[in-house]
Amino acid sequence: MLDLIIIGSGPAGLSAAIYGIRANLDLLVIEKDYEGTGQVALSSKVDNYLGLPGLDGYSMGEQFRQHAVDFGVKFLEATVTSIEQDPSDKHWIVKTSDGGQQEAKAVIYAAGAVHRKLEAKGEEELSGKGVSYCATCDGAFYRGKVTAVVGGGDTALDDALYLSGLCEKVYLIHRRDGFRAAEITVNKVKAKENIELVLNAQVDEIIGDERVNSVRLKDGRTLDINGIFIATGSVPVTEVLKDTDLLNSAGYIVADETGITKAPGFFVAGDVRTKALRQVVTAVSDGANAATSAEHYITEL
Amino acid sequence: MAEVVLTKDNFEAEVLNSDIPVLVDFWATWCGPCKKLGPVIAQIAEEKEGTVKVGKLNVDDEMAVASKYNIMSIPTVILFKGGEPVNTSVGFKTKEELLSFFGI
Repeated sequence: MLDLIIIGSGPAGLSAAIYGIRANLDLLVIEKDYEGTGQVALSSKVDNYLGLPGLDGYSMGEQFRQHAVDFGVKFLEATVTSIEQDPSDKHWIVKTSDGGQQEAKAVIYAAGAVHRKLEAKGEEELSGKGVSYCATCDGAFYRGKVTAVVGGGDTALDDALYLSGLCEKVYLIHRRDGFRAAEITVNKVKAKENIELVLNAQVDEIIGDERVNSVRLKDGRTLDINGIFIATGSVPVTEVLKDTDLLNSAGYIVADETGITKAPGFFVAGDVRTKALRQVVTAVSDGANAATSAEHYITEL
Repeated sequence: MAEVVLTKDNFEAEVLNSDIPVLVDFWATWCGPCKKLGPVIAQIAEEKEGTVKVGKLNVDDEMAVASKYNIMSIPTVILFKGGEPVNTSVGFKTKEELLSFFGI
């Protein structure tokens, strides 16, 4: 039996692995993507991680992963289908989509989050035909065109700024009149002449046949656009835990910074945990904390 | 087998006239999800050698081919059979998801 199974290979999982292996724990990281590094890999540039300014997210993820590989961390590529605790000796049994199972004294769950869909009419049908979730990926296809960004956080405003350099005009659609994004970013957005703020507005339907041509808002207004970028935040990956009492109503695993959950021997780290700030730096910190908590737990068994 | 680098000059011979199905990854260097998909595509190319050909088309270098297939979001992966696009996947997916989506 292993000491520790870490589920997820983003910054939180990799950090936990490095702390775990330095604490001499026999551990395995289960990752659903081949050589994956989580959401950071999708980021075009990460400028707020100490010591590595200006690095693109993919390269940052690769550096994190290489660090873990160099320290001898073992990885298994599989999707976790169930997590159970043995009723007698309380060890953990993690089953995976390849039909296999892994057993360990403790688990750190660091499966992260995925981008939230708008759940608007037309969104699914027009995905890849003008509906996008990655402005830095697809912005180039909208040079000189009119686009809309939906959302009010850092990602949405960064996307609007990025697109304003390429597009003739960018609508920023947000359901409130205040933004969650950093003030420096909000001010930059407000200073752009070709970004029009569409506040207190929600998308009703994205319209188009072969390609997006407009978006209708719930107040009845219609904006003519060529593309729409959805940046309305993320949802935690906790489907496999939905029948447990570990989650809050939004699906996040409840724990403080120690990563200790209601279930003894089951720890949490990263974006999937209840916390105020979801960033690479807080994920890395979570990983270290959860591994330390797991080590204490295992030592006292 | 490694992936075939596709251009407008070899697209017809490598993809449209291929005897076996061809999976084409439309990507760009500046796209995070495309980079993340890279190793997945490479793994599929290796595992499916002989039954499915795998090609990579850089949309920056080959804008004309990309626009011919209405690429507006990357990464986009299209499966070609007998010279025709039969199925299209947009965005990052895991290897398992891609293989089951395309039924290959």
